[in-house]
Amino acid sequence: MRPAQTIRAILLAGLAAAFAAQAATTPAPAPSVTDTCLMCHADKDAKGAAGNSIAVDGAKFAASVHGEMKLKCTDCHADVAVDKLPHPEKLKPVNCATCHAKEVKEYTGTVHGQARKGGNSIAATCTDCHGKHDILRSKDAAARTNHANIEATCSTCHGNDTVVAKGKLPGGNIGGKFHDSIHGKALIGAAKGSAPTCTNCHGAHSIQPKADENSRTNRARIPDTCGACHTSEREAYVKGMHGKLRQDGVLAAPGCTDCHSAHGIQQHDTPLFQTEVIKECGTCHADYLATYRDTFHGQVTALGYSRMATCASCHGAHEVLPASNPASKVSKQNRLKTCQQCHANASANFASFDPHANRHDKARDPLFYWAAKFMELLLFGVFAFFGIHTVFWLYREVREKLASGKERH
Amino acid sequence: MTAATVTPAAARPDGQADGNGLAQRYVRRFTATERVLHSLLMLTFVGCALTGLPLVFADRPWAATLARILGGFEGAGLIHRICAAVMIVVFVTHVVVMFSKALAGGRLMRLLWGPDSMVPQPQDAIDIYHNFLWFIGRGPRPQFDRWTYWEKFDYWAVFWGMMIIGGSGLLLWFPVFFARILPGWVFNIAALVHGEEALLAVGFIFTFHFFNGHLRPDKFPMDTVIFTGRVSERELKHERAVEYARMVKEGRFDAALAPPPTQESLVFGWIVGGAALLLGIIAIVLIVYSFF
Repeated sequence: MRPAQTIRAILLAGLAAAFAAQAATTPAPAPSVTDTCLMCHADKDAKGAAGNSIAVDGAKFAASVHGEMKLKCTDCHADVAVDKLPHPEKLKPVNCATCHAKEVKEYTGTVHGQARKGGNSIAATCTDCHGKHDILRSKDAAARTNHANIEATCSTCHGNDTVVAKGKLPGGNIGGKFHDSIHGKALIGAAKGSAPTCTNCHGAHSIQPKADENSRTNRARIPDTCGACHTSEREAYVKGMHGKLRQDGVLAAPGCTDCHSAHGIQQHDTPLFQTEVIKECGTCHADYLATYRDTFHGQVTALGYSRMATCASCHGAHEVLPASNPASKVSKQNRLKTCQQCHANASANFASFDPHANRHDKARDPLFYWAAKFMELLLFGVFAFFGIHTVFWLYREVREKLASGKERH
Repeated sequence: MTAATVTPAAARPDGQADGNGLAQRYVRRFTATERVLHSLLMLTFVGCALTGLPLVFADRPWAATLARILGGFEGAGLIHRICAAVMIVVFVTHVVVMFSKALAGGRLMRLLWGPDSMVPQPQDAIDIYHNFLWFIGRGPRPQFDRWTYWEKFDYWAVFWGMMIIGGSGLLLWFPVFFARILPGWVFNIAALVHGEEALLAVGFIFTFHFFNGHLRPDKFPMDTVIFTGRVSERELKHERAVEYARMVKEGRFDAALAPPPTQESLVFGWIVGGAALLLGIIAIVLIVYSFF
């Protein structure tokens, strides 16, 4: 007899004795199913054949939403026959769909449900997010699915490097990124009630792969998802060039997450974000980034200081428009005003400075081109002449030193 | 070297060192004003170079580190402008002192032409040719007069640099003011040439000027003449035989004799000049590293 079976036999014997004793004195009502199960499962150290804990905290269950509804253990563990105990070692998995058919159906269409179907054994199921015997209503502050706890719940997998690596979870350790993001910080701050957590963007039973057009994190839908809270930004974006391109079906045009990232979103006015987002503009506007980096503005921001003009300082952020559009911040009509944001007394002459002059483009900037060519020639000439001069001179002086050294000895 | 070791200078009128460093005579080569101006130029140049280079190489990791060490963009910018302002004062002082002294002494023509002038002479072209012949072993080491052609190049490079870098720097320092008169493209070109010319100046001074003046085997590791103002008679004869002969022939030699270099000027030269050399070499290492 294995130890677990021994325990079970002893407990059952005790149970039988208790019944006998009770029956002998007062004809009490039969104990509830839950109490019957807890006779064994209340033992904190109770273990199954494989050494897994089979303990159930009766108090927690009683406090859970299912306990509150007076559900019996067998409502979920339907293949346990209370009159034939002990029940077999191996029970069927609990089927939540018995009651929650709609939710379970939704789940099968989610990334998690699809991954399970595809053989991924660690993808989240009902119990990973909701718990087992201790399930609480989401509005309960202690619930795993409460707004305040969602981040921690999702992060048990998506913020755990081991699980991320084992399950090849998309995006890597996004739990950590999110925790340090502006949304993650807001969730532990004064606005914690209204700050978005994972499910606000991804949904709960509707989490879908972002490749799915119905997913709220689908590339085409992101401006609407973010815009649900950031309404004025969305409005500006829709009017701007990038938003217009999206409306014309150019999905490559940047959306919110291209500049702000998805999980690691940083506050927009921090030096790090201000100087890093320049590189994002450069992923499409490479030429303009290169010519910007040739200017004082671009050099200072490249060193990590954000007090200088960045792309958005002149072009605007969400409302960016081409210079040909009169409403653009860099249009002929508005350019001087834009310069004056920083250079208060700037004149029309001042505003005719070209912040994207290209030293390699003869057609665009002939004067600048030839000035650069002249400087290149001057540098080359001086370094070539003195380079040769120095090499020869060094050779001759070393030889003379060696020769005079020999004479002396 | 203390005064005691060099006292019997008069005992050796031929000026030859006796092999023990005794009886070495010294000739004045730079005035106190010139030495002070060079030291200020040196310090402000290094200051401008170190604070300006991070911008030229802003995309290199070392640039951000160097900028941070120098007080960030604000701190480095302030150092850069202070150094630039002092450098302009040094330059103007030099030009004013030079011309007023020449005018007062009636030596304006000698300043503008001839062997004592910084203005390039036909002899300089001949010297370049002969120096290259010597380099390749086809002739004797040329004998130079007061200023060699490479020294004149250094000198005029500063003039050219002051105009180009100083001028463009002022435009970039006060863009709103100058834009009242000048069109925007001038500032584009000012920014371009400020950086390029600065790279040329830094690249030149920290390599060729260092080599020509200090690091070549004859001078290694440092020629202190610019700090002490004095050159030994032996060195003068070895390096500038034409000038030496001219001084003797014109009877100016005895008047040019000076006490040996002071301890203070030598210490200053070794420490401050040495620090400038070291910083310059570090800057060159960073620049060269950036191109690979």
